[in-house]
Amino acid sequence: MNWNAWLPLLMVASSLLPGLVIFGLGEQRFRLRTALNLSGALAKLALVGWMLWGVYHGQHFETRLPLLPDLDLVLRAGPLSLLFVTLSAGLWLLTTIYAIGYLEGSPHRSRFFGFFSLCVTATVGVAMSGNLITFLLFYELLTLATYPLIVHRGTEEARRAGQSYLVYTLCGGAALLLGTVWLYTLTGTLEFTPRGFIHAVGEEHHLALVVIFILMIGGLGVKAALVPLHGWLPKAMVAPAPVSALLHAVAVVKAGAFGIIRVVYEVFGVERAAMLGLTGPLAVVAAVTIIYGSVRALFQDDLKRRLAFSTISQVSYIALGVAIAGPIATIGGVVHLVHQGLMKITLFFCAGNLAETLGIHKISEMNGVGRRMPWTMAAFTVGALGMIGAPPIAGFISKWYLGLGALEVGQGWVLLVLAGSSLLNAAYFLPILYRAWFRAPADAWPHEHDFGDKETAWALLLPPVITALLALGAGLLAAAPFSPLEWAQLISQREFYQP
Amino acid sequence: MAAIFLEIPWAVVLILLPLSGAMACFLWPAVAKSVGLVTVSMLALSVAGLVWQVMEYGVYRHAVGGWGAPLGIDLYADGLSLLMLAMTALVGLAVSIYATGYFEQPHAARFWPLWLLLLAALNALFLAADIFNLYVTLELMGLAAVALSALSGSRDALGGAMRYLLATLLGSLAYLFGVALLYHGFGSVDMAILGQRLEATPIVWAALALMTTGLALKTALFPFHFWLPPAHASAPAPVSAVLSALVVKASFYILLRLWLEIFGPLGVEGVETLLGLLGAAAVLWGSVQALRQTRLKLLVAYSTVAQIGYLFLAFPLAAGSGITAWNAVAYLALSHALAKAAMFLVAGNLLRFGGHDRIADLDRVVQRLPLTVTAFALAGVSIMGLPPSGGFIGKWLLLEAALQQGRWDLAVVMMLGGLLAAGYVFKVLGFAFTQAGVPHESKTVPASMEWAALLLAVAAIVLGFLAAPLLALVGIGAPFGISEVAP
Repeated sequence: MNWNAWLPLLMVASSLLPGLVIFGLGEQRFRLRTALNLSGALAKLALVGWMLWGVYHGQHFETRLPLLPDLDLVLRAGPLSLLFVTLSAGLWLLTTIYAIGYLEGSPHRSRFFGFFSLCVTATVGVAMSGNLITFLLFYELLTLATYPLIVHRGTEEARRAGQSYLVYTLCGGAALLLGTVWLYTLTGTLEFTPRGFIHAVGEEHHLALVVIFILMIGGLGVKAALVPLHGWLPKAMVAPAPVSALLHAVAVVKAGAFGIIRVVYEVFGVERAAMLGLTGPLAVVAAVTIIYGSVRALFQDDLKRRLAFSTISQVSYIALGVAIAGPIATIGGVVHLVHQGLMKITLFFCAGNLAETLGIHKISEMNGVGRRMPWTMAAFTVGALGMIGAPPIAGFISKWYLGLGALEVGQGWVLLVLAGSSLLNAAYFLPILYRAWFRAPADAWPHEHDFGDKETAWALLLPPVITALLALGAGLLAAAPFSPLEWAQLISQREFYQP
Repeated sequence: MAAIFLEIPWAVVLILLPLSGAMACFLWPAVAKSVGLVTVSMLALSVAGLVWQVMEYGVYRHAVGGWGAPLGIDLYADGLSLLMLAMTALVGLAVSIYATGYFEQPHAARFWPLWLLLLAALNALFLAADIFNLYVTLELMGLAAVALSALSGSRDALGGAMRYLLATLLGSLAYLFGVALLYHGFGSVDMAILGQRLEATPIVWAALALMTTGLALKTALFPFHFWLPPAHASAPAPVSAVLSALVVKASFYILLRLWLEIFGPLGVEGVETLLGLLGAAAVLWGSVQALRQTRLKLLVAYSTVAQIGYLFLAFPLAAGSGITAWNAVAYLALSHALAKAAMFLVAGNLLRFGGHDRIADLDRVVQRLPLTVTAFALAGVSIMGLPPSGGFIGKWLLLEAALQQGRWDLAVVMMLGGLLAAGYVFKVLGFAFTQAGVPHESKTVPASMEWAALLLAVAAIVLGFLAAPLLALVGIGAPFGISEVAP
């Protein structure tokens, strides 16, 4: 029996099993729960390291189990999968540490961490799916696992946010299912293949292919928060900060964006998608989303809501990079999957710290907060500047490749979108930084907790500092081996544009 | 040792064992509970034995008393029978475990004999090879089911049971007329023989109409579903579970068999279309009604009406896609049985715990029974048709059959049905996470009742990973084979 055939399954199990055990634990079993969480996360990271090394040297990791008579459940570790898996596994560890600090003493923690683990399991499953039905399976599991996290606080507002989330995502899931089954009746296979698997489908099915594409991208676009399917995301802000962090950086929106990459490159194949006239409209939708999200973000006073609209805008960079349909732009889009994750999770961690430590929820309350919480605000500053696209932070690399890629295929209008978005990003992030660092603080913070001589609990402070450093490192060391950029180039060579 | 095990006539055991068990329970009510549990466990083992036998030797046919067809009674087991028997055994086991905690004397003494009698009737029905034997078992099953649903003796229960009795008698009567017509016209009641002899004559059309209508009435296909919600909602929880999971499936099974072996090859498109149309109406109507209910048990009962509809969607699809549509039906029937039984057991737990099943007031109850809520959630996943679950596999296959033939209308109905189902499942689940007020006095729910519900729900989820081996099992003896060579 080939050991490599079980590693992908093990990768999924490394968060599933601890999660299931945690559900059964009593509320007071704090140590055991923490041990389970952390050992699961560390085991996953170790597996990731092993597989990264293996894939880089050309090994294959694939688990294949029969699901239906002609369809298998396939978990495969290719370069693209591993990019997303690495992001999820790394940020899961940090978010778990953060969540342990954040939720200390609050009720229903076993339930929370159980679903938290399920959520990561689903994300890793989405990343490693080797065909569309496996993808669909984990995609829907993600919907179900996230719902309890969104309504975790149990308030009426949370219940309504959860309801709205479900309406959007279940309808999206239905569209995706319909498109998938339809495609299956045309092709007889659902296996993700470099450059797509619909070659055999003749011209007479042109219309069907177009509708299938719209159904799939529509279904994925709900989670990726493409306008006008984004309505659930700002409402989902009622969730606890670690959930928002995970939702915006790794799990839900990224699963949607990742799915779009898969569908365009490995279901339809980018050439065929362009030939069908589908990438142009997708680029336009992505561009509209980028601008719309940024404009809406400008007018939010609630910090988490501003960040939410910023997510809507930023995640669409990925879809944009995909839809520009050139090798370099693709690299920009794919690498942004990681870069946006690192920067946005930093920002959400910081927002959570402000709320937990000082009771700050609104931007208008942030005057002078940089002096009270220098480490937190330093991390926030790195994240914000990265979002704007200031070199040498990771966000700059994404925008550079996107712009370069757009010029390469003669789509200059994208530069305007990028420039406009950067300006808007600056317009809604710089005032926050100005308030935090240069304004005098108010007499009293809204609701201050005492952490002694530290600015906040170490479990809350460490994760954002690390992610900020990672975001900085991903930009500074972009040309080093195993950097996200290098890996994205590897993906582009191996999976998307091979001769 | 293994050889002896293989030689035992398991099919006969499956019928005689619960019959004698019922007798014993009736004679010695004091030990009814233990006798019942032992019988049901042995039934599960017997089904396993039969499955092994069939996998080893192929399709099983047993001439009772040495008299073969067309004179005697034959027992017949192919893949489809095995599936239904296994479903009965599994649901039966869980419901029996549940019932040990649910029923106190004197109700227990009435429950166990009737329940074992019902199991005997179900097993005999799934093993019957001729349409008259099917009638006998159908009638027996109907009467046992009516008696069970009246068990609590309350006003609601008696009213519901009365409606149920009328519907079930009327249905059997119509079916019996059809049997008489076919026997008169073709001189046999054996399904295989009838399948060979049948021609398109007016007698056949009359029999077709009578039998299909009668069975549709007993299966509660829209618009004949009027009797189901009151009967299923007012019965004791384990009985509701059995009625929804097994009893309606039994009459559907007969209809399916008739269609596959006798009427299908005649190529009656009109009837197929009509059944599909009624199925679609059932999916939509049942789901919308479920969404509107304020009582949990009624919600679950209307959900059954909707889920039955899916089974009928396969009829217009089968001619074009052959085995895919029927495979979908087999899978949907099985996963619905498990999930729906789990839901009714959950409803019973909540009712026991809080003393009511008003959905709006459930938040005080739901949070204190985590196992029960988990069972409802997992069963809900399967009912909604979301992965990973048996319901998803069934829905996928049915959707595939529909899209292969460009039946967009049916595909849209399926998607809508799934979304509406999500609506009514989450209507209940939403309360699992809200902040509960001060919980008022509550009765304890025995662990056996919580675990029985969870067992079924988990089984419905696990089904999502067993499609390949299970469909291979169902394929033994090619129960759906005839439809593929249809003209």
